[in-house]
Amino acid sequence: MTRVHVSIDRLRRRPRDERTTPSATDAGAACPGCGTHFRAEELVRNRRVCTGCGHHFPASARQRLDALADRGEWIELWPELRAADPLQFRDLEPYAGRVAKAEAKGGTEAMIAARLEIRGQPAVAAAMEFGFLGGSMGSVVGEKLARACDRAVAEGVPLVVITSSGGARMQEGILALMQMAKTVVAFEAMSEARLPIVVVLAHPTTGGVWASFASLGDVTYAEPGALIAFSGPRVIEQTTREKLPEDFGRAESQLANGQVDDVVDRRELPERIGRVLAILDRGPRGLDPPPAIQWAQERAERAARAAQSLPALSRRLAERFRRPEDEDPA
Amino acid sequence: MTARRGRQFVRKITDRMHRPPEQSDAATWETIQRVRHQERPYTLDYIARLFSDFEEIRGDRLRNDDPAIVAGIARYGAGPIVVIGHQKGRDANERTYRNFGMPGPEGYRKGMRAMALAERLDLPVLTLIDTPGAFPGAGAEERGQGGAIALSMRTMLRLSVPVVSVVIGEGSSGGALALGVADRVIMLENSTYSVISPEGAAAILWRDATKAPLAASAFRPTAANCYRLGITDGVVPEPGDGAHSDHDEAARLLDGYLRRALRELRELEPAERRRQRGERYRRIGAFRELPSTNGSALAAGRERMGERPGGSGAAPAD
Repeated sequence: MTRVHVSIDRLRRRPRDERTTPSATDAGAACPGCGTHFRAEELVRNRRVCTGCGHHFPASARQRLDALADRGEWIELWPELRAADPLQFRDLEPYAGRVAKAEAKGGTEAMIAARLEIRGQPAVAAAMEFGFLGGSMGSVVGEKLARACDRAVAEGVPLVVITSSGGARMQEGILALMQMAKTVVAFEAMSEARLPIVVVLAHPTTGGVWASFASLGDVTYAEPGALIAFSGPRVIEQTTREKLPEDFGRAESQLANGQVDDVVDRRELPERIGRVLAILDRGPRGLDPPPAIQWAQERAERAARAAQSLPALSRRLAERFRRPEDEDPA
Repeated sequence: MTARRGRQFVRKITDRMHRPPEQSDAATWETIQRVRHQERPYTLDYIARLFSDFEEIRGDRLRNDDPAIVAGIARYGAGPIVVIGHQKGRDANERTYRNFGMPGPEGYRKGMRAMALAERLDLPVLTLIDTPGAFPGAGAEERGQGGAIALSMRTMLRLSVPVVSVVIGEGSSGGALALGVADRVIMLENSTYSVISPEGAAAILWRDATKAPLAASAFRPTAANCYRLGITDGVVPEPGDGAHSDHDEAARLLDGYLRRALRELRELEPAERRRQRGERYRRIGAFRELPSTNGSALAAGRERMGERPGGSGAAPAD
């Protein structure tokens, strides 16, 4: 991790035993698919996937990053970004209260950004946290993703995004809607720098997240069983009175619909993503990173403009400082 | 560079536009009634009045034609323009035909066809936003509703020609924003722009669809509030009791703002226009930035948005 400026970002390296032993909040659970019971440490070790039937238990953003990063080591970026309450919004309870409650449970926001390496490939990653207000996209998610793209561009590394979100955060109103456009703008910086984006759609990826950056990956994987839709099944059934099939919008049917590139087991994700990044790796970076090109181009343009105005300037100066003896004697 | 940029921002229409006062809860709900008025002018009504000629293009060339979005080429003043807008229906038959102005992916793909046409022929693009949202249907999902909306936003972002969006009626959710990534976004006085319809919000957040007026006052999806939050660049006044009372006058008022916006945008270099368009969305957001815990001064030095003293939301367009 020699590229990381440790002094800038808060270091989040955790000892190995902490990553494989369950934290106080982890609990054992029975698999809803086949009924097998797992103890807390078994779940952590299995990446929260049932060893019997392959059912994917919900995972937190931190667990996802732990699994993705080589040696489970990653550095969190911008943990200091927190939700504000621009509309002083209140539904059944105040938005500020909801945020405070989610923060008290140990969350920071619905997205965690990180600098890491995946199978030796350096990358910037952003994982969504469904446990924080349904993973909803508000201003912080938009800003973190935008900064993640800028950071990836600055370092010349790819971006990996793992989504798990109900959509735009309604409590931030129109500002939340605009984050859809903001994330599209952010991804555009990656396009201009010709850097790849891998998107992993975890359960659920719906609403404004699916209708913005989550559909704009270069390679898009989905976790088994993940619901991927713009409108959720409940909304569709209410609006159209259609009876939807059981597998509606699920990763496997979205693969058949041509909406994702593959359905990938969570335990195989680091390998698959690492392979994609390795295929697309152009070799040594840092020789001519895009920002440097941009900087040089700007300098060159400025110099060209200055050169253009030079004859006029010298004429003007000559005019102003003309001495009588310079005058043509005739 | 900075000075030039500064001048361009100062030249924005924003400062010269009509600024309506903040509205009460009752007035907010009235606005929502007005925006759904049966006689409120729709996209085709504005097209008929703004342009001397219009030729519609149909179909996404992949599957079918989605009548919830109309697109075409038009004669605007002395020059051509490409126009794309959501279209609602006035009577029961037309409403069904137009699917209540709720597009499927084919509608957005038709829109992108029109944008490609504009790009190729170097024509400005006008989008008119008026939808309760993208259509929630199983078929639309299977055919890539989410991806179509995302791609429509990206296509608009990439256009090198001037792009102006006008919210003429209801602007709800991603289905509206899909046509709303522009150099200038303006709203008619009684139009609304929101992350979700008041009914949808009431059903989800209050678990009671009859709480829509309550949801409306919590969201304040009005033109005045969107302007205050810095989401839009201005508000176009409507005649009399609202645009429904006089379609001709409503179109005439819009025409003035539109001409001015297009004139201003034409003065910019295409690359600069596109850069500013991205920047316009990049800086939207309101959040807190806690003091960095590792003593780094960098976080404090970073750009801070939103969280202005005494204010909220993004900066009103500078």
